[in-house]
Amino acid sequence: MQETGTSSSVSNSGMLPEFASAFASEILATEDFRGDVTYVIKPQRIREMIRFLKTLERCPFNVMMDLFAMDYLKSNTEMPERFAVIYNLYSLPSNARVRLKAYVPEAKPEIESIHDVYKAANWFEREAWDLFGITFTGHPHLQRILCHNEFVGHPLRKDYPSDQYQRLKTSIRSTGM
Amino acid sequence: MLEQVTENGRPDGAVPEADSKYMRLNVGPSHPATHGTLRIFVELEGEILRDMKLEIGYLHRCFEKMGETHAWNQVIPFTDRLNYCSAMMNNVGYVMAVEKLLGIEVTPRCQRIRVIMCELSRIIDHLVCIGANSVDIGALTCFWYFFRERENVYDLFEALCGARLTTSATRVGGLYKDLPDGWVEWAKKVIKQIPRTLDDVDGLLTNNRIWIDRTKGVGPISKELALDYGFTGPCLRATGIAHDLRKASPYYGYDQFKWNVVTSEGGCTYSRYLVRMGEMRESLKILEQALEDIPEGPVNVADWSISLPPKEQVYTTIEGLMAHFKLVMHGIKPPVGEIYSATEAANGELGFFIRSEGEGRPYRVRCRPPCFAIYQGFPEMALNQTVSDAVSTLGSLNIVAGELDR
Repeated sequence: MQETGTSSSVSNSGMLPEFASAFASEILATEDFRGDVTYVIKPQRIREMIRFLKTLERCPFNVMMDLFAMDYLKSNTEMPERFAVIYNLYSLPSNARVRLKAYVPEAKPEIESIHDVYKAANWFEREAWDLFGITFTGHPHLQRILCHNEFVGHPLRKDYPSDQYQRLKTSIRSTGM
Repeated sequence: MLEQVTENGRPDGAVPEADSKYMRLNVGPSHPATHGTLRIFVELEGEILRDMKLEIGYLHRCFEKMGETHAWNQVIPFTDRLNYCSAMMNNVGYVMAVEKLLGIEVTPRCQRIRVIMCELSRIIDHLVCIGANSVDIGALTCFWYFFRERENVYDLFEALCGARLTTSATRVGGLYKDLPDGWVEWAKKVIKQIPRTLDDVDGLLTNNRIWIDRTKGVGPISKELALDYGFTGPCLRATGIAHDLRKASPYYGYDQFKWNVVTSEGGCTYSRYLVRMGEMRESLKILEQALEDIPEGPVNVADWSISLPPKEQVYTTIEGLMAHFKLVMHGIKPPVGEIYSATEAANGELGFFIRSEGEGRPYRVRCRPPCFAIYQGFPEMALNQTVSDAVSTLGSLNIVAGELDR
């Protein structure tokens, strides 16, 4: 689980003791590499955890800076699952950052959508679906965003050849809406 | 064809009825008012926008996939094409992330030159934004005034790295080249002219009745919404939140300079204009101080497994030759790990998340583009206003498709 740098067990996680104690059963590991704190978590209760962090009194993580996926297929390190979804949150009042990382299995790459916790998540989740094929359950409009609508496959997966082009055959008509 | 459209402005993602009473119109992807390849489907009631769908991806060129197939330094030219109005800031943002991964600090001289490059880039980026925004609204003069200064700054860039637009001026651990002779004096002359132009445009726009009518209160967004959408940069500061990464988590000695974070209230087009105008003056302040005492010394780190050794060493010593060969053939080998590094780019927080497997190329390069978050909030600002107001709003957001679509 712990891949890099100095990792600490959940019991003495430094940065967010409230979070670590509230979700002790959900947190699998804590990583600290070059000052970046990452909590490796189980994907099941992601919405609760994100909501908890957003409303944390001491330092509310009120900005969702980034949400994206990873594919560990070609990694030299043994990973629990092939895919991971990474949430990058920022607390404006206390200038703190935290990353949550949830591994999702290749057989069922699925995690709950957080589009109603942060409005920003909508497009970022669509992008992760488009490029990695991660399904965000409960997302209102999970469609491709960067690739065209005839695209087959998910281009940022490690088994998608980097030189494979897919041409859009029909033009998108401007019938609107 | 309804399913082919990829986004609408409604939170529930619902598709409007086919027999809608509104008129439907397609804008873009190539349209003078979008300044890039943005496509917007709108529903109009008279002149008022009642619904809109944004479609992006027309400039998608797989930056992140390309990053995985190229060596660490070869990714730099791809970063030029993110926000091409201020390519140097993307160069700096990317190499800063790789340097964080390596755990190294670049030399004081290199840091200072990067600050100068970044602030010059911020100025020209804001010049383009305000210039183009004013053209959309009908004030062509400002555009010409601003582009004269932009050309002068581009001349400086050309002398620095040989390119004007796609600069690729940085390298991991340093820079492509040190400053050429006489560059500092030249740069001082160039930045001395800019305040006059800013004053001219200030005089033409800031208290101009037409400009105020077209921008004040147009395309507003509240603090709360802006944060929820992940706004950063001038668009966030225009809502009154004084957040700037150069102050919040200073890098490259930004905390040594005397300057202020510019904010404005209202979150409308006019406040975004005021913030950008103010920021250019603050950038000039930073530049004046930064150009004054540039530290002496090398621009590249001394570690030959990161920076190429000097040519004399390559040709006269076996160590230099070997280091050169190994670096060119095998590349930099950062340790295994994942890091996120963010810089304050012209549009907001430009972040890079990088995973290294300890090999000569990145395992994953993730770019967090500020535009992506900002453009998502565009329907929130533009709906229930006129089409011409939407044009004025879009211009003030400075959406750069290269960064939006990557």
